[in-house]
Amino acid sequence: MSLRLAPWSYGFLVALVMWGATIAYSGVGSAIPTLSSALVFAAFSVVVGTGQMLVIASGPGNIDLSMPSVLTLAAYASMSVMAGSDAMVLPGLLLAVTVGAVAGMLNYLAITALHLPPIIATLAWSFVFQSFAFNLGGEATLKPPAALSDFTLWSIGGIRVLPMAVMGLTLLAVLVLKHGVGGRQLLAIGQSERAARLAGIPVGRVRLVAYTLCGISAGFAGFLLSGFSGGAALNMGDTYLLESIAVVVLGGTSVAGGRANAIGIWGAALFFNLMATMLNTFQMQAGIRFLLTGALIILIVAIVPRPKAG
Amino acid sequence: MADIALQRRRRIAPALGTALQIGLPAATLIAMLAVIFWIRPSAMSYFGFGLLFKFAVPLMFAALAQMLVIMLGDIDLSIGSFVGFVTCVTALYLNEAPLLAVTILAAGIAVYAGVGLLIHVRQLPSIIVTLGMSFIWLGAAVTLMPGPGGAAPRWLVAFMSWKPPLVPLPVLIALVTAFVGHLVITRFSYGAVLRGAGANPRAVERAGWSVLTIRCGVYAAAGALACLAGLTLTGLTTSGDPNVAPAYTLLGVGAVILGGGAFTGGIVSPVGTVIGALTLALAGSLLSFLQVPPTWQIGAQGAILFLVLAGRVLFSEHRS
Repeated sequence: MSLRLAPWSYGFLVALVMWGATIAYSGVGSAIPTLSSALVFAAFSVVVGTGQMLVIASGPGNIDLSMPSVLTLAAYASMSVMAGSDAMVLPGLLLAVTVGAVAGMLNYLAITALHLPPIIATLAWSFVFQSFAFNLGGEATLKPPAALSDFTLWSIGGIRVLPMAVMGLTLLAVLVLKHGVGGRQLLAIGQSERAARLAGIPVGRVRLVAYTLCGISAGFAGFLLSGFSGGAALNMGDTYLLESIAVVVLGGTSVAGGRANAIGIWGAALFFNLMATMLNTFQMQAGIRFLLTGALIILIVAIVPRPKAG
Repeated sequence: MADIALQRRRRIAPALGTALQIGLPAATLIAMLAVIFWIRPSAMSYFGFGLLFKFAVPLMFAALAQMLVIMLGDIDLSIGSFVGFVTCVTALYLNEAPLLAVTILAAGIAVYAGVGLLIHVRQLPSIIVTLGMSFIWLGAAVTLMPGPGGAAPRWLVAFMSWKPPLVPLPVLIALVTAFVGHLVITRFSYGAVLRGAGANPRAVERAGWSVLTIRCGVYAAAGALACLAGLTLTGLTTSGDPNVAPAYTLLGVGAVILGGGAFTGGIVSPVGTVIGALTLALAGSLLSFLQVPPTWQIGAQGAILFLVLAGRVLFSEHRS
């Protein structure tokens, strides 16, 4: 066994280094608070990233660029329904998830019905969803219900619940991808659509499910995020456009499709958030943070060994 | 006999294909113009054309840059932030220290070539490398200039508001660029090699060309075109802003696809891309003329994108 690490472990490694650097700078006492806040922020990236992973794994060229606008739209829709009332949290969640599911289906419908490349189809839909969010968001800022905010900040015995719940989702994704029929079918389609079709896999239906789940994860993230950050905002999804793709690829999922890694997303998401924390404690400017983010993305992608393309 | 028949089919089929590829966005563009002129006949003038297409110029260059990359079967997610970086460099240095500005821009083009090199040598997915580059350009721009500021050199602003005889400047630039692009990419024999490098790199390699050199050169050319986009944009807005153009990345992709390009590599049309960029730029004006509320405009732009592309599918299905 040589010193080659699995591709997905690089994110965790870099995250660990950054955590170490932050602790070294601001003392051992900061170790746990730093990690726990990074875990919470990473949880949102992971929810979005897991959805994006399903789409990317379903074959070359598949990608969902509408996630940020679906996230924002779902956040606004659920905020409007809940109107700050604790009793309406469940309907709000249902609405957010429904908005996401419909958006995902619309994305896939445009891809198949119009024979559009996924980049273009999801881009065009993202404009439409964004418009809907603008029109819903025209009103005064809505406050999230106290119950939802409390849930996103809830911790039992010093351990934050939200990241734990999202880890549960990751575990579920791992199991489904590894042992579930749907997961296996998804990866088979990603590896060779033709072979999968010949093997009798309903390619269209599996992709439809992947896009729908991706939309749902965007809607769910929007719901949680608006509770966490005290309301919906028109630009709340913007950072997730590039980040959702970056965490998926750094996490070891192949952009060519057919290989997915749900656990790796955590590594990449932690890397992003711990780096932000580290640079904040070093009081670096935002520009440096972007530079370092970009350089590390390229570096990791360039040095990580990949299995030989067939 | 068979040879002749084959030759004829070869000559007719691509001609029909290109006519459809470019005809549809062109028809859309003309239809949009017709609606605008119908609502506001006074727009049908030298001045009106200049105003309508003013902001299409930088988008057009950004779209052509994207087209070159898509031609190789890659995609560039960093064009928008690179254009933002160029506007910052232009507004900060081009006036006071022109040599420094030119050096930085040349270095930017060299970095683009380097990105092409890295993608080729390590066989990396361009989408993720250029994603990383977009953070790098944004970071560099924000470090130079945290917010909007600086001043465009007077000659640049003067050039962008120059009124050439007969044809308004944006239209003139569009015509010249489309013509040059058509010559280089579609007509010249070397253009066929470039497109071949995207469609079938192995064949081009076998024929004795270095795909590595081609990829570096094409990426550098894309960088140079993106520089032009940044320069013309600075001339229009008269200042630099790191966050001025993130939309150019994806609007550029949209223009390339509208203009008949495909992500498979090798299939692009410079004339179509220019028309696609003009269409996307005009869509905004059209919607204001139609008095679509601002909050719905971006959504309507998405709808226009769908309409034009749906038309293409309809026609190409009839053809086959």
